[in-house]
Amino acid sequence: MKAQVFVKFKNGVLDPQGQTILGAVNRMGHDFVKDVKVGKFFEIEIEKCENVEEKLKEIANKVLANPIIEEFRIEIDGDN
Amino acid sequence: MKAGVVVFPGSNCDHDCYHVLKHVLGMDTVFLWHKDADLKGVDLVVLPGGFSYGDYLRCGAIAKHSPIMQEVTEFADKGGYVLGICNGFQVLTESGLLPGALLRNRELKFICKYVNLRVDNAGTAFTSRYADGEIVRIPIAHAEGNYFASEDVIKELEDNNRVVFRYCDEYGETSEGSNPNGSINGIAGIINKSGNVLGMMPHPERCAEEIMQTKDGFHIFESLRKVIKGVL
Repeated sequence: MKAQVFVKFKNGVLDPQGQTILGAVNRMGHDFVKDVKVGKFFEIEIEKCENVEEKLKEIANKVLANPIIEEFRIEIDGDN
Repeated sequence: MKAGVVVFPGSNCDHDCYHVLKHVLGMDTVFLWHKDADLKGVDLVVLPGGFSYGDYLRCGAIAKHSPIMQEVTEFADKGGYVLGICNGFQVLTESGLLPGALLRNRELKFICKYVNLRVDNAGTAFTSRYADGEIVRIPIAHAEGNYFASEDVIKELEDNNRVVFRYCDEYGETSEGSNPNGSINGIAGIINKSGNVLGMMPHPERCAEEIMQTKDGFHIFESLRKVIKGVL
């Protein structure tokens, strides 16, 4: 079973990497791109257990993301 | 008095701090290994600069979960003096001992140079040897020193005089140009509410003796020695 955690800066937190990438993309001529936010993606191998979403939330809050500057989203795949 | 310098895998200013505390200040000084849950009876904990745990995930994020940091947190909660320098400051914010976070520098580059700092609070245990408004020169060396906190937190820090060091020009004025990394309000160092935990991005241990360009960092360690001696 796999879980995926996506972490990105909260709105309002300066993301200079995103701004730099936006500049490069715009210089390619793609001016339809209006903003780029850089984030992190975690693929986590997990065993089936109770309250898995709650436990993953705790992990995301305490380790994977810094809630002062970042927000996260969790997706849990079924058996595969 | 006894000082302890924490050693994480990837710390690289630990020996500089040890040298200044032991050989320049003449304090009894020990290293504290990250896996140990024992502060060896120290009166002051220094979290040195470097790249703890390779800066994996976020600077200071893994260090927060080390056995020694559980002890440091308890020590700080009881009023023990903790000085976090550079990566040590990042460890303190990640651990929740200081508010806010340190983001990537505005220009994305690693910056290593001397900067001017204004001492905005000389009434702390860490800064009593300075004068309010004094301009000091202390080097920085970081890629993630861009201090960020929510508006409420910034207001609380400013209202309570908790911004201890601020980037400034040679006349003590703060401006966009004198702010090397994009920190909100040019914040270079802050202190906790109880006044026993200070975090700063500049490296006072790199300028604490005559042979260096300046000796401006010496007074932080000297202020602490004075205060702790008085307490004991």
